[in-house]
Amino acid sequence: MIKVIVGNHAVSYGVMLSRAQVIAAYPITPQTSIVEELSEFCADGHLNAKFIKVESEHSAMACCIGASAAGARAFTATSSQGLALMHEMLHWASGARLPIVIANVNRALAPPWNIWNDQTDSLSQRDTGWLQFYCESNQEVLDTVIQAFKISEEVLLPTMLVMDAFFLSHTAEAVEIPETEDVDRYLPGYKPRYKLDVKNPHSFGSLATPDYYQGFREKIQEAMKRAKEVAIKADEDFNNIFNRRYGIIEEYQCEEAELVLVTSGTVTSTSRTVIDRLRKEGRKVGMLKIRMFRPFPFEEVTGALKDVEKVAVVDRGISFGHGGIFAQEIKSALYSQSSKPFIFSYITGLGGMDVTPQVITNIICDALERNTPPEESIWIRGKL
Amino acid sequence: MSLVVSQEEYISPGHMACPGCGATLAMRYVLKGLGKETIIVLPASCWSVIDGVFPYSSVKVPLFHTAFETAASVASGIKAALEVQGDTETTVLAFAGDGATFDIGLQALSGAAERNEDFIYVCYDNEAYMNTGIQRSSATPYGAWTTTTPVRHPKDRPKKRILEIIAAHEIPYAATASIGYPDDLIAKVTKAKGISGTRFIHVFSPCPTGWKSEASLSIKIARLAVHTKVFPLYEVENGFTFHINMEPKNLPVEEYLKLQERFAHLAEQEIAFIQKNVDEEWEHLLKRALY
Repeated sequence: MIKVIVGNHAVSYGVMLSRAQVIAAYPITPQTSIVEELSEFCADGHLNAKFIKVESEHSAMACCIGASAAGARAFTATSSQGLALMHEMLHWASGARLPIVIANVNRALAPPWNIWNDQTDSLSQRDTGWLQFYCESNQEVLDTVIQAFKISEEVLLPTMLVMDAFFLSHTAEAVEIPETEDVDRYLPGYKPRYKLDVKNPHSFGSLATPDYYQGFREKIQEAMKRAKEVAIKADEDFNNIFNRRYGIIEEYQCEEAELVLVTSGTVTSTSRTVIDRLRKEGRKVGMLKIRMFRPFPFEEVTGALKDVEKVAVVDRGISFGHGGIFAQEIKSALYSQSSKPFIFSYITGLGGMDVTPQVITNIICDALERNTPPEESIWIRGKL
Repeated sequence: MSLVVSQEEYISPGHMACPGCGATLAMRYVLKGLGKETIIVLPASCWSVIDGVFPYSSVKVPLFHTAFETAASVASGIKAALEVQGDTETTVLAFAGDGATFDIGLQALSGAAERNEDFIYVCYDNEAYMNTGIQRSSATPYGAWTTTTPVRHPKDRPKKRILEIIAAHEIPYAATASIGYPDDLIAKVTKAKGISGTRFIHVFSPCPTGWKSEASLSIKIARLAVHTKVFPLYEVENGFTFHINMEPKNLPVEEYLKLQERFAHLAEQEIAFIQKNVDEEWEHLLKRALY
């Protein structure tokens, strides 16, 4: 069945089809309509889940942690300040190895107040031990929710699905809604390997001495590494049933490219049209979409970029005092390679500033014209 | 009503509490009341250590350690998960100290109480942050020494009236209890187990380390708190019905204070001031209990 729905409702459908059992959430723009729709699904009996209307995002994540620890499939959604408020519990979820799924609608952090899109909120959480997927379309959003539960439950780490505020959350697109039976076949009911059980009592999360503590951290890193292969397999299995696949990265027009533009989220769709036009004009340019950001797909990214002369990264987030976050990650991934492209970091689109085809064209032309990249990120200027 | 107390022990010897610890007795008695079909949610507290170091645990029921301010919200999530799995038998117990309850976790507790989440919340109150080394909390009483309220400037505000705050959410059951009176405590836990919705039990729990008192005197001090009216034993049902469970012997508050070095710096007029406040609060409670 094809429906024209906004990205937020694509999340809600994904959660319903995944048969989440406990949902806990707090309202925040632009996430709100995800959980409004889910509360309708629960009230109407379309989804047999407990919906806990908590008093804060911190408690939303804590509720999901309790629910997941007690053996239920748990989901929440948030944005921006809400994700920042959850930060402590994000560590707790991954440390406790709980396969919770969250949808984060990317929104800029205050002050100044801004409800529009940028990626600093989710990128600030990159070290919390959560898998991260950046989605480009409403279809990808829905499909990624279902894949996320599958991957998380396999590796016992939580997953954050990331989508752009308004460009996806409030924009309607045609979305194929998978059949329930097909989703059930792909993602069977949750059978936790470990849970709080009075018939088999254990303490979870006890005080651990330094040797044990570091051992637990090593296990998380091992699970993260495994998550990449699990995600690739989950995507293939998904394709076998639903005839759609996304990959963990996507190379677009990269053959013999002199410059590859690195994108994530909806900027990818805009960039595709620009790349197509420039290719028609005879410019050897391509694009690399990064869908999986954690675990970072080192092999795939270096494989796509190592023989390119120049890489231009569209960064819609910043690590203050350093620069564009995607650019940093790509630089570090390429450091071990013998051939290293020049990496240009462009900061744009913060707080919803529109990244138009012209902006993308300017970025590509700027990088082509420069000989070597400056040390710092290049700003596509805003006002002030 | 005669009370049969279980001979079963749900915590093991070898736990890591200090001698004379009230919190250990509180857990012991609460679990005797609830039995083995209980899941404990434990935020940061002395009990994070008392439970033991991985891979050991001193409780015989499932226990989930969690962040300081999340006892009530994690308990809400666990209860929801049990319900969707068709488990209506298991009791969810949030077991938190005064810091996690009066201070950092109050928002989550208030949220859960307003939703009337179906769990039992026990606050073991030792009147300061004892696990981090005796810093004042909003449960610390007027005049007490702590490491952040030194004797040159002891606590200058009264203890937060937590039971009335939580009871004001109109939850079905809220009560005070004391490790000095295990029969009363276990009876209240047993009663709470038979009620659904949010149940809150505030347990007075001396800390010899933080109160600078003799380990052997913890029970005596807990009993004196009741009989000097410092910590009356009462219940509040549905937010409005107050019931006093034990008539205090009306002993002077000094009897209670003098056994604890944390009050050793108090001058006569400060003790008189505390006595006056205790008497007034008791009158206030009596009025509400009579209504």
